[in-house]
Amino acid sequence: MTQAPSAPRLPLERPNPFDPPVRLAELRENEPISRLAFPDGHVGWLVTGYQEARDVLRDPRFSSRQELRHFPLDHALANEPMEPARPGMFIRMDAPEHGRLRRLLTGQFTVKRMKALEPRIQGFVDRALDELEADGPGADLVARFALPVPSLVICELLGVPYEDRARFQQNSRTIMSLDSSREDIMGAFESMGQFLHDLVMSKIAEPTDDILGGLAATGELTAEEMTNIAFLLLVAGHETTANMLGLGTFALLRHPGELARFRAEPEIAEAAVEELLRYLSIIHVGMTRTALEDLDLHGTLVKAGECVILSVSAGNRDPERFENPDELDLARPHGTGHLSFGHGVHQCLGQQLARVEMRIGLTTLVERFPNLRLAVAPEDVPTKTNAIIYGVHSLKVAW
Amino acid sequence: MNVEADRERCCGSGMCALTAPDVFDQDAETGYVLVLLPEPPREWHDDVRSAAGVCPSGAITVRE
Ligand code: HEM
Repeated sequence: MTQAPSAPRLPLERPNPFDPPVRLAELRENEPISRLAFPDGHVGWLVTGYQEARDVLRDPRFSSRQELRHFPLDHALANEPMEPARPGMFIRMDAPEHGRLRRLLTGQFTVKRMKALEPRIQGFVDRALDELEADGPGADLVARFALPVPSLVICELLGVPYEDRARFQQNSRTIMSLDSSREDIMGAFESMGQFLHDLVMSKIAEPTDDILGGLAATGELTAEEMTNIAFLLLVAGHETTANMLGLGTFALLRHPGELARFRAEPEIAEAAVEELLRYLSIIHVGMTRTALEDLDLHGTLVKAGECVILSVSAGNRDPERFENPDELDLARPHGTGHLSFGHGVHQCLGQQLARVEMRIGLTTLVERFPNLRLAVAPEDVPTKTNAIIYGVHSLKVAW
Repeated sequence: MNVEADRERCCGSGMCALTAPDVFDQDAETGYVLVLLPEPPREWHDDVRSAAGVCPSGAITVRE
């Protein structure tokens, strides 16, 4: 271990369910680019300033390649050398390979396509809320609403049978949890891989009218690439939005003034979604990049091979960019500049879908249940501090 | 105001079409940027500046 004694670890402990660790704000104020120790002994950097984070994310000299990464938290796989990304896993690749793969999908997630999907999404939301209501007061909003809606949507878009959801929801929970054992994680990858490989082979044999069928029809991808793309879209497409819906509802219920405003002023719905994304910053571990060469970052020398963690939570609360950053202000103007979907060429492919799901989901929820409230004490809502994506495990509600 | 977009740099995030929908659109096939109004009227100037500011790949150039 060559850990510099002065380098601290990434803080995760929150003062309350909605605010990031206090230490992040201190660092942003005093040392927006600071040293960070990784569990495997690597010493890299933690970026807590908004502008600094954006500058890293748009700079191609900072790589997304998986084999160059170190993981900042204790985790069953944190001490193992990282392998290159599997074929198709373009989130962990650089140009030109990243662009070749991403380009095959961008046409499927345009603002207009997502707009055209609104009636379908509304239908999924309405049915999920029927089930929530049928459970009666005390129902779990995560199990009945936050998780099913994005799962249904991404399954339909990709052409994955929704009946198989138990399998991918459980597997993705195992992969995202920091408490999972090595065997469990390997098993989850294996199980997902097998299931998606079979599905992809059936799409290649008989292309259907969905994203996977469309990819099969291009003839540009191997079965292995398609399997991993399906994996990426399925996990990224349901886990993130599900956490935003669950945690977003919790945040609204704990800010009654803002909730009242959200109900009374439907025209702020779009701004409200951006603000919830900013305020909650569910990618709370941050994004990772590795310097490909020695370079100067706002006056700090970052050496080739050093790993940089971009704190989404800290950047999104930077007072230099956002006025009263620690306040939830659903009508905040110009909110789209947040870092919650990342920045640079890897910026979230599914963001326009996520926006529509959140807007329709949350507006329909508050309209339908005018007396929506927590059915447990707020301190008894279980939060996912120990997961790669932050959220609530369950949210018992009454109305 | 004069607006240009570099389709080589574009990564199809849709941020411009979301922010200034009267000036930008996305190609229906590829999702890449289309400039609808290279010389947008004054009423859209603020939106165009925001769109250029939030573009994740720096593909939009605005000359004023
Ligand atoms: C609120 C919900 C979501 C959040 C907060 C979120 C967040 C993010 C972030 C931060 C990144 C950038 C990662 C990096 O730069 O290393 C990303 C990339 C990605 N997201 Fe999302 N995401 C969400 C929803 C979705 C959905 C619904 C999809 C479904 C298709 C999706 C698919 C992807 C893909 C494929 C990438 C990789 C893009 C690339 O590397 O070019 N995401 N997301």
